[in-house]
Amino acid sequence: MRVAVETDVAVPRQAVWDYIADADQTFDFIVGLGRWKREGKKHGGLGARYRMGMQVGSVELGGLVEIVEFDPPHDLAWSGITGVEQRGRWRLRPRKGGGTRVELRVTYHAPGGLMGSIADVVALPIVTRELQRSLDELKRRLEKRARERTRPAARTGAPRQRPKKGAGRARRRHRRTGLAFGATCREVVA
Amino acid sequence: MKPLLPPIRDDFEDRDPDHVRTWLPFLWLMASLYFRAEVRGLQKIPRKGPVLLVGNHSGGNMAPDTFIFALAFSAYFGAERPFHQLAHSLVMLMPQARWWLRPYGTVTASPKNAQRALRTGAALLVYPGGDYETHRPSCESARVDFAGRRGFLRLAHRAKVPRVPVVSIGGQETALFLSRGESLAKLLRLDRLFRLKVLPISLALPWGLNVGDMLGHLPLPAKITIEVLDPIDLHRLFGDRPSWSEASDYVVGKMQDALTRLRTERRFPVLG
Repeated sequence: MRVAVETDVAVPRQAVWDYIADADQTFDFIVGLGRWKREGKKHGGLGARYRMGMQVGSVELGGLVEIVEFDPPHDLAWSGITGVEQRGRWRLRPRKGGGTRVELRVTYHAPGGLMGSIADVVALPIVTRELQRSLDELKRRLEKRARERTRPAARTGAPRQRPKKGAGRARRRHRRTGLAFGATCREVVA
Repeated sequence: MKPLLPPIRDDFEDRDPDHVRTWLPFLWLMASLYFRAEVRGLQKIPRKGPVLLVGNHSGGNMAPDTFIFALAFSAYFGAERPFHQLAHSLVMLMPQARWWLRPYGTVTASPKNAQRALRTGAALLVYPGGDYETHRPSCESARVDFAGRRGFLRLAHRAKVPRVPVVSIGGQETALFLSRGESLAKLLRLDRLFRLKVLPISLALPWGLNVGDMLGHLPLPAKITIEVLDPIDLHRLFGDRPSWSEASDYVVGKMQDALTRLRTERRFPVLG
């Protein structure tokens, strides 16, 4: 069974690549990922292996996967070694205006003949939904990060300064009395 | 009187990971669509080596908790990891045992088989309550009842393997279990003939009144929730020579607390 989802992200391709190629980030944006752990010494790139598990229906399915294609900043593909038979691919293509089209393709196949085929079909909407939500989450994170990097310069032209400790406290007031939290007894009496 | 059961056979060679893999989709469909199962805490099971998984048994002879947990275990750790389950001698005599249970890793319940499974480095699932617990009345659904059996503790202590409790709820709602029928079993001498402590009486599909549950039944689609608890280290808690009654009370108490918590999560019978 083949699932392909895609989205346009208003972030340059290299930035998207840096994010998805960093295995430590994977756990943050793939929805339903219950397990994601590096196996072996290789931390990333071609040949890196990960033990993964994704909640599909009542149980966590997955197994050991290996990166089989690592072509920055275009394509990243993996293949299952043990567990559920699967292949997957991240495909990044530039869009006009500096954005990136991110495509995520996953092909999986359950063993067990007819029952396996039925399970494939039943799992399809679940997998599609989770992958689409993952892409949406990726888009949200990348664009938020890009906005945060550009905002201070756009407003003042100077780097944003950290507010002083306790600066926001005066604004928080008790709903009934209208007194500021942290006010001393003397202030209350007065 | 000598039991009429045949001698315990060697089932260990029958386990076949390919068979396990082939059956996973069917089990997944049943667990996900029919029983809407939820399995939590598998990460608490040691990733490698022998481990004794101690569960509370529910659902009569069609115990769905067993196959749902077997599915979750094999899906999580892979069908390659050796995993055995102990089953009553009578269950292993049923025709389905030959083509389904034995290749899945089920072996006849005996201390010798249990020791052998742990010695070979396998994960072993035991239900100390066995037939006594799985046929308890539905009103005792949220009760752990091992009938005072403690052999599993000695077994794990001797083999020096971690004991991991596995608690499940929902199985007792797959039929209306009315009584264990202990008196009836005693009267018919089933204990001596077949090592059966019970002759359960239930209302179950498609039979209506179901006595004995020998042919199984069609389970109602009750929501099954399974939770794996933290491993219990009896060496650390009770020393090298523990009092077995204290240790048993401790383990059963931990499981009972978890089961009571799972019970409070359920709002309706069957629906969960």
